[in-house]
Amino acid sequence: MASSPKLNAKIPEGTIENKWTKYRSTVHLVNPSNKRSLEVIVVGSGLAGASAAASLAEMGYKVKVLYFQDSPRRAHSIAAQGGVNAAKNYQNDGDSVYRLFYDTIKGGDYRAREANVHRLAEVSGAIIDQCVAQGVPFAREYGGTLSNRSFGGTQVQRTFYAAGQTGQQLLLGAYSALQRQVGMGAVQLLARHEMMDVVNIDGKCRGIIARDLVTGKLERHFGHAVLLCTGGYGNVFYLSTNAMGSNVTAIWKAHKKGAFFGNPCYTQIHPTCIPVSGDHQSKLTLMSESLRNDGRIWVPKKQNDTRKGTDIPEEERDYYLERRYPAFGNLVPRDVASRAAKERCDAGYGVGSSKMAVFLDFAANTERYGKIEASKQNIHNPSKEQIIKLGKDVIKEKYGNLFDMYKQITGEDPYEVPMRIYPAVHYTMGGLWVDYNLMTTIPGLYALGEANFSDHGANRLGASALMQGLADGYFVIPYTIGDYLAEEIRTKSIPTDNDAFAKAEAEVQDRITKLMGIRGTKSVDHFHKRLGKIMWDKCGMGRNKEGLTSAISEIQKIREEFWKDVRVPGDANEFNPELEKAHRVADFIELGELMCKDALHRDESCGGHFRDEYQTLEGEAMRDDENFAYVAAWEFKGEGNFELHKEELKYENIKIAARSYK
Amino acid sequence: MSHGNMNLTLKVWKQKNKNEKGRFETYMAKGISPDMSFLEMFDVVNEQLINEGKEPIAFDHDCREGICGMCSMYINGRPHGPKEGITTCQLHMRSFKDGDTIVVEPWRSAAFPVIKDLAVDRSSFDRIMASGGFVSVNTGNAKDANNILIPKDDADDAFNAAACIGCGACVAACKNSSAMLFVSAKVSQLALLPQGKIEAKARVLNMVKQMDEEGFGNCTNTGACEAECPKGISLENIARMNREYLSASLT
Repeated sequence: MASSPKLNAKIPEGTIENKWTKYRSTVHLVNPSNKRSLEVIVVGSGLAGASAAASLAEMGYKVKVLYFQDSPRRAHSIAAQGGVNAAKNYQNDGDSVYRLFYDTIKGGDYRAREANVHRLAEVSGAIIDQCVAQGVPFAREYGGTLSNRSFGGTQVQRTFYAAGQTGQQLLLGAYSALQRQVGMGAVQLLARHEMMDVVNIDGKCRGIIARDLVTGKLERHFGHAVLLCTGGYGNVFYLSTNAMGSNVTAIWKAHKKGAFFGNPCYTQIHPTCIPVSGDHQSKLTLMSESLRNDGRIWVPKKQNDTRKGTDIPEEERDYYLERRYPAFGNLVPRDVASRAAKERCDAGYGVGSSKMAVFLDFAANTERYGKIEASKQNIHNPSKEQIIKLGKDVIKEKYGNLFDMYKQITGEDPYEVPMRIYPAVHYTMGGLWVDYNLMTTIPGLYALGEANFSDHGANRLGASALMQGLADGYFVIPYTIGDYLAEEIRTKSIPTDNDAFAKAEAEVQDRITKLMGIRGTKSVDHFHKRLGKIMWDKCGMGRNKEGLTSAISEIQKIREEFWKDVRVPGDANEFNPELEKAHRVADFIELGELMCKDALHRDESCGGHFRDEYQTLEGEAMRDDENFAYVAAWEFKGEGNFELHKEELKYENIKIAARSYK
Repeated sequence: MSHGNMNLTLKVWKQKNKNEKGRFETYMAKGISPDMSFLEMFDVVNEQLINEGKEPIAFDHDCREGICGMCSMYINGRPHGPKEGITTCQLHMRSFKDGDTIVVEPWRSAAFPVIKDLAVDRSSFDRIMASGGFVSVNTGNAKDANNILIPKDDADDAFNAAACIGCGACVAACKNSSAMLFVSAKVSQLALLPQGKIEAKARVLNMVKQMDEEGFGNCTNTGACEAECPKGISLENIARMNREYLSASLT
């Protein structure tokens, strides 16, 4: 198999159960007095960034954290709704580290690295312990113990949650820990700063160039190591559930400076989002997967049925997930649920004015909860109204904020009528290729959380993003960074007047001058929307050779046009959100091309990557393990020129099989 | 690009940076759809300004689903606009009428200096958090999560306080620019939980001290903060913080 010597995953020896324990006990250590002179730059302040920065500062490293928002608490992890997985087996339903490991590998359609995923499952329990110790207010039972719920792709209840605001509570926990270190002087915060480039000296990453977004000034920052915790790149599609500012710039710059990009085409399209309502739309809103615990998904049995959902009788409804996948029903993994929704809508069974939506209905479970509640409260012979009222209260406690959000956006009350939902871009499994230490192919440069490619294969299970972000930051990087930094204790801080810093800054300055100088006729958003439409139509839920080929040439045209005709108003030396966007969109355009090339080369369907040409007669994804059981790691070779390297995936502990949720 | 048929007049605060003086400017928002969010209406206006070769209006925003706390407009005299319990990004144009004039200002407080136009600097909140808004526990020291049993009511109250998004609407709504609701929400969350009780005294003293140093005003129990809070953070938190503060000061 063609490969690169840089692509050494450094997976430790030993059995899968012992790899991490043994490695953790033998990895190089840095003594406390040396830690004080070692500087670490963390880019991004979400779950991965905040938890890593806090933990590394607690250990004694000198840490700098930069983020483009005004406070570390704004990072998009804040918006994660449903929960965080951990193999605690508190519900006594047969959960274990192995089962979480197995579910994650299978959920990822056998395209993730076994050793990383097992480590993730091993540390999952400690995440919950850590968060509770910090004061994260998880949902609890009356007895005072922690509560759990189910998520897709599993048959156990292992998801911990705080209403529909789990990401918020976990991030505020990590943010608190981070602010504690700021207060102690161990962490320096750089608010409203964007990383513009990485600086490599003699083959190692030694710092970054950043732009102060308020003054527009470029800054040079030295670090013995740099951690990119900058999240995913779903905004390449323009419309996604990501925050408006979420971008690919940091990891894309790193990619262009030598970091390989892993599986760029693996995109997660989330099945339950509020449908697009018009061309003014700036972003899409997720309705948490946890709703599929209690919501049943259906469409009318008749095509083009225009009746209201509540007017369609039970026997004329098609609960298509329960019909197609009886074992997992509404809780099939996201990629499967999304494709099934698209299939129904494409076949003419969609609902709502656009016909591009399906129902998510809580009526049945409202009634069920109402009955349980009535019995708990010793109400005998409750009336139907009483039952519904009690049931609504239960639903409200579990999902109140989500229901309010839905009502606000659509103007419809989901307590009374079924929600209308449709799939939307949500998460990117691809990202910078990293080894077992989370180091990219540039020594000293790491990628954590959604920014790396590592743990979710071709499809991520719900409530696993929070788990991975915190695992990387709290429990993996504090150990694995020692392997590199132990060798760096003799490296003195490199003065930033060094040539490499000067050269990198000059390149960034050139690009700013160029962008400001075009003075074209079209706004940045104009190009972003066009790119997004191509990506969604041709590199979205269904992909094929013809579409991808034409997408590549269309994107190349957009790139050319962008650099000739974009209009960036204002001044570069001030707060200029349009200039920020211009940088990000320029990078998205380049990334879009690589995503299409990756999708085109992968002649199989797996997880979120569905190629129309490779499906079974029943429309299920058809993997090709003989030819594609590898991580595609792309090396940047110049504008629009990428070289493919392969990391073979070996399954020694899980028998690779067709993924079935029937 | 036509979207809808609402036409509005906007009077928007424009200010180049924190040192220069600001002023109101008038903009016409044309072809607005009632289904747009307030920020999407601003997107349309900005797109139009860019196309006309003019400078767009700077404003803060990020998640656009009411949770990040970044958006911060003072609309017709109310933080986050006329509707209760939502942020500006969740405000939709169906809450306005065709022909309306809408006045949009930044948060106004000495502790929140204007960066540009409608964007302000809220890093004072971060500094208050750094002074005590945490439980002092290092990574890796935790015992099994279910060894700490917490009564559901306490957990629920702590969660309700922790739902604060740190947007600063409470400060903007207050005639004294007090940050008591923000600070009390964090103090309450941690005071309600056994994990947070150990350093409760130091926490409340330090956070209040930092709050005062940042230049936030005093609380005179007007309750505007609670009324304007997009997350419904209750005044009970302020009462709880006052009790905590009093008992910490006396011992």
